[in-house]
Amino acid sequence: MVEMATRTLPLSGFHGGSSAVRIEAAPPAGRISLRARAEDVAALSGALGLDLPVKPKTSVSGSGRTALWLGPDEWLVVGDLNGGLMQAAANAGVLHSATDVSHRNTAILVSGPGAAAAINAGCPQDLSLKAFPVGACARTIFGKVEIVLLRTAEEAFRVEVWRSFSDYAFGLLAEGARDAAFSL
Amino acid sequence: MSGSSINLGAFRIKGAGRLTPARTARFTFDGKSYTAMEGDSVASALLAHGVHLLGRSFKYHRPRGILSAGPEEPNALIDVSRDAARRQPNVRATVQEVFDGAKIASQNRWPSLKYDVGAFNDLLSPFFAAGFYYKTFMWPKAAWHKLYEPFIRRAAGLGVAPTEEDPDHYASRYAHCDVLIAGAGVAGLTAALSAASTGASVFLVDEQPEVGGALHADSATTIDGQNGYDWAQGVAAKLKAMPNVTVLTRTTVFGYYNHGFLGLVERVTDHIARPGRDMPRERLWQVRAKKVILATGAIERHMVFANNDRPGIMLASAARTFLNHHGVAVGKRVGVYTAHDSAYEAAFDLKRAGVSIAAIVDCRKEPGEALLAEARALGISVLAGHSVTDTNGRLRISSMTVVMNGGFNVRKIPVDALIVSAGWTPSVHLFSQSRGKLRFDEQNQRFLPDIYAQDCVSVGACNGTDDLAELIDEAITAGGGSIAVSGENRFEWTGGMIGAAEGAGPDKVVKAFVDFQHDVTAKDIRLAVREGMHSIEHIKRFTTNGMASDQGKLSNMHGLAIAAEVLNRPIPQVGLTTFRAPYTPVTYGTLVGHSRGPLFDPARKTPMHDLELAEGAEFEDVGNWKRAWYYPKRGEDMAAAVNRECRTVREVAGVFNGSTLGKIEVVGPDAAKFLNLLYTNAWDTLKPGKSRYGIMTREDGFVYDDGVVGRLAENRFHVTTTTGGAPRVLHHMEDYLQTEFPDLKVWLTSTTEQWAVIVVQGPKAREIIRPFVEGVDLSNEAFPHMSVADCAVMGVPSRLFRVSFTGELGYEVNVPADYGPAVWKAIWERAKDMGGCLYGTETMHVLRAEKGYIIVGQDTDGTVTPDDAGLGWAVSSKKPDFVGIRGLKRPDLVREGRKQLVGLVTRNPNVVLEEGGQIVSDPNQPKPMKMLGHVTSAYWSENCGRSIALALVAGGRSRIGETLYVPLKDRTIEVEVTDMVFFDKEGGRIHG
Amino acid sequence: MLLIHCPYCEEDRSELEFRWAGEAHIARPENIAAISDEEFAEYFFLRNNEKGLTYERWRHIHGCGRFFNAARDTVSDKFLATYKAGMPKQPVPQTGASEKTVETYEATEGDAR
Repeated sequence: MVEMATRTLPLSGFHGGSSAVRIEAAPPAGRISLRARAEDVAALSGALGLDLPVKPKTSVSGSGRTALWLGPDEWLVVGDLNGGLMQAAANAGVLHSATDVSHRNTAILVSGPGAAAAINAGCPQDLSLKAFPVGACARTIFGKVEIVLLRTAEEAFRVEVWRSFSDYAFGLLAEGARDAAFSL
Repeated sequence: MSGSSINLGAFRIKGAGRLTPARTARFTFDGKSYTAMEGDSVASALLAHGVHLLGRSFKYHRPRGILSAGPEEPNALIDVSRDAARRQPNVRATVQEVFDGAKIASQNRWPSLKYDVGAFNDLLSPFFAAGFYYKTFMWPKAAWHKLYEPFIRRAAGLGVAPTEEDPDHYASRYAHCDVLIAGAGVAGLTAALSAASTGASVFLVDEQPEVGGALHADSATTIDGQNGYDWAQGVAAKLKAMPNVTVLTRTTVFGYYNHGFLGLVERVTDHIARPGRDMPRERLWQVRAKKVILATGAIERHMVFANNDRPGIMLASAARTFLNHHGVAVGKRVGVYTAHDSAYEAAFDLKRAGVSIAAIVDCRKEPGEALLAEARALGISVLAGHSVTDTNGRLRISSMTVVMNGGFNVRKIPVDALIVSAGWTPSVHLFSQSRGKLRFDEQNQRFLPDIYAQDCVSVGACNGTDDLAELIDEAITAGGGSIAVSGENRFEWTGGMIGAAEGAGPDKVVKAFVDFQHDVTAKDIRLAVREGMHSIEHIKRFTTNGMASDQGKLSNMHGLAIAAEVLNRPIPQVGLTTFRAPYTPVTYGTLVGHSRGPLFDPARKTPMHDLELAEGAEFEDVGNWKRAWYYPKRGEDMAAAVNRECRTVREVAGVFNGSTLGKIEVVGPDAAKFLNLLYTNAWDTLKPGKSRYGIMTREDGFVYDDGVVGRLAENRFHVTTTTGGAPRVLHHMEDYLQTEFPDLKVWLTSTTEQWAVIVVQGPKAREIIRPFVEGVDLSNEAFPHMSVADCAVMGVPSRLFRVSFTGELGYEVNVPADYGPAVWKAIWERAKDMGGCLYGTETMHVLRAEKGYIIVGQDTDGTVTPDDAGLGWAVSSKKPDFVGIRGLKRPDLVREGRKQLVGLVTRNPNVVLEEGGQIVSDPNQPKPMKMLGHVTSAYWSENCGRSIALALVAGGRSRIGETLYVPLKDRTIEVEVTDMVFFDKEGGRIHG
Repeated sequence: MLLIHCPYCEEDRSELEFRWAGEAHIARPENIAAISDEEFAEYFFLRNNEKGLTYERWRHIHGCGRFFNAARDTVSDKFLATYKAGMPKQPVPQTGASEKTVETYEATEGDAR
């Protein structure tokens, strides 16, 4: 019997930020990319224990999971490390596609009074509370990489990014954080 | 006052200006030390010390001084440095604020500013007429490289670029607002107050260090009962305190682009003596505004007459700014030459401050009575209907020649400064950039905004609204609020002229400058017209009028009027050149922003990157990925390392990192049907647990991508793509799925980064991985070549492929990415113990070439069909449809003699061909030779003991056995055409 | 930089999130394997590239990922409409299309009235 493999997390040992912004790697999570047609959303919602959002740019949290609307038939569902998301979706018994992307993405948590400004160093979206309220989410661009952005509080965001782009995203966030300390 | 020991300059007027004497800064100009007041520009500080000579002109090296007090400055370009690396050439002395310790240097002079050898050009000026580059450097052709180009390169450009890397950093920010207001003069401030009162989010942006705009120069305007400048500062403070308002000073709106998108540059530290390490030097703001209010004001024009460029000659508004804002007199005995009322107020202010006014020379016959009365009261003599036709003085003006219009009554009046005004040009640059259309205001000889292309409105002087009360109303309306502001000024200004004044001819002798920075004179423009340039665009390029870094802010209207006069056409018919971004020069640093060093481009690293690094890997860039290229051991060069790796893989086994391979999960009941449409192969026949090599063509029939596709379950496929092709293949698949086959029940998800892929290839591959794998029988019978299975690897749910890109027994172990390092390490340790090696992309390339496996993008180039590549077997003949089915039938794609991929072996086995080498049948034929094709891949094959190559050759497969030639510069290589498999032709090893 | 209304996200977003995807409303022939060379050329190679009002495809590639169609005036760069893939060509007010008479880039220079 061989030993069990251990995990090596992207961004382990990364830390950064400024007097206005805190940046840290999020703990590992379970994630699925969920795809389904409108008629099957209710069954999947039941199986996952949350109402999959159907309004653009919104997210819904429930049962320890958060579902982010990414497109009209696409959600990113983030949950606990051992949240059994694939199985939960399968239990719905309706047509869908669930693909495990737990390791594809990693997440960076950005918080503090300059959090929006730091993200706006590379993200062209309007992050005012009016346009991007708490709970709003969107796949978008951050400098030269794609991210999924979720506002978790007035001054807190979760940035989901593919793992090989996470160094870059973290570095650019650190630059944005440094600048946000001078101009909010 | 901090004591009489501090010399703030002999021309500093006690009690004048708005700067605080207690706060001073020391700087040097060409090595000489001066003291300035905080808030001084380099221009005002030097003028305070009586320094007018700041530089030499571009072409004639004529002495030049300070013409303006703002960003429109064409003359006073200086070099500013903090240290050797932090040095910037071509900075406008009128914009650069003095900071303690600044080192300022003049430009374009040698050996010194006062004795400049280049001034010899002034005497040669007949040879430097408009278009002289085009005429002079035509012939002989050979002289271009040796003589003309080096000369032009040395002569061109004013400043000298720094050679060290810029140690500063630059920030970028995206922002959104309801209303962006460009310009914070009376109009901009009023509009901001109005817009902010509605609750709208407002950006108020001004390029100067403080708000106020034209109020900097002013002494006589009262707003809401206050001195205008003080009112402006109060408004700014009020606006800054509002949560919905952002006030940005030292910030230039340099570009107004599509759909309310504006580029702003904020100068953060250029005025600070010791900026904090973390402060960006400049910040780029990219703002999306729902509405834009342009309150950009107007720029005063100079008068065009002979020798109008001597140091000491400047715009009246500039002299007034230096006096009223900086407390500096521009001379002791100042002449005034004007076609507009504004110069009178400058003269009045100077006179009141104790400066002697030699005379106001007004080319108009009848200036306004109110102005004349005030002049009389102050004891200033006015010469109406007179012109200044010449000036004297070597490094500074010493006299002006005044003539009554018509040529009578010539006299020389001694002056040490001459202030001029030909009237005001509305700043319509941003409006024009927004693609708005201008109209010509005949009465006032100016272009004004007419038809708007975006949600934008112009207010105030840039809109031709000169009356203060009207301007305020206009600004309030534009802001959308209902507020009250009342303003009052002393004189209503009238007048102005464009084009050449008296004394701008005759053309043979007179230098009456239109564009100072490029040394373009009135005669140059006349010459251009005479030589056939009738469009303003041609005139501009022939003379370079308006093409300097100031972009013709002062010169465009004069140049246009002179051209119109010679052409005898009305000005609107001659037309105005379109204004383009940037409004003023923007540093590269600002545009680059954060995109430097590691943030220039993302460097994608696989989960095992650090382990590879520790094993001594050299890396190569594949797309954005860093891939292990080869693993040299101590003393090995690349060739030795690759030869060892190649040998070891075939003799024992090798471990390779395949994580960068693109992966797409295709899920849904119609998955096979969809893949049938996207690949040339048939997929419905593939059983779960099996995989197949697939070819993807575009609709035109050419190979687009390839890769192994595994069927994990009835409705779930694991598709692999080339490393570089992953994003475009997914895009291509989504395109067909969403727009051509939207009814198919299938979804696509990129899983490239979900999996770390540890590739083990070689006779001992099975033995190496066996202890780590659970849940799959690895025997040849149970898990043959092209099998796929879900399993556990080191206890982790994984996907195992039996697949080979080397021709050996091989596996690709897919584990969730975070587990990649642990599994890679364990497998490699076992492989090492068994005599295996790590191998990189170079060995992978050699091994696959030995087997004749193609690399899409290397052996194909977008014009190669599957059949051309020897992969005709992968094109299903049974399917009714797939992307490329029709393209493949095109006549040219099925004709005889197409280039086909074949093998090449050199006659001399030790000679390795060059990739890209052209192939001919007869090396002795006359040039240009008939090319039969080219070498696509060429390597030394350690396993074959000779060089091998793949090549695209016309009719290649029918030429097997033929001798062809690859002519190079110094030799010709003889080759024989072969099939594509160089090693293990029977293909038994893969099933081992 | 353009501001593009995504009909799926129901919001204006920066051009940075989008990718242009060629002329719209060119359906892949259902019997593509059987069409003539001329028909194939018409379908695959030939594009009108009209000045002024054009119908084109965009993909909100760094957003919802959806392809959609847009009517854009290539002279003014104004979007006259954006609508979901699969919908028929949407009529747009003709008043938006402008400057048909301008023939060259140079002619737009110095264009003051």
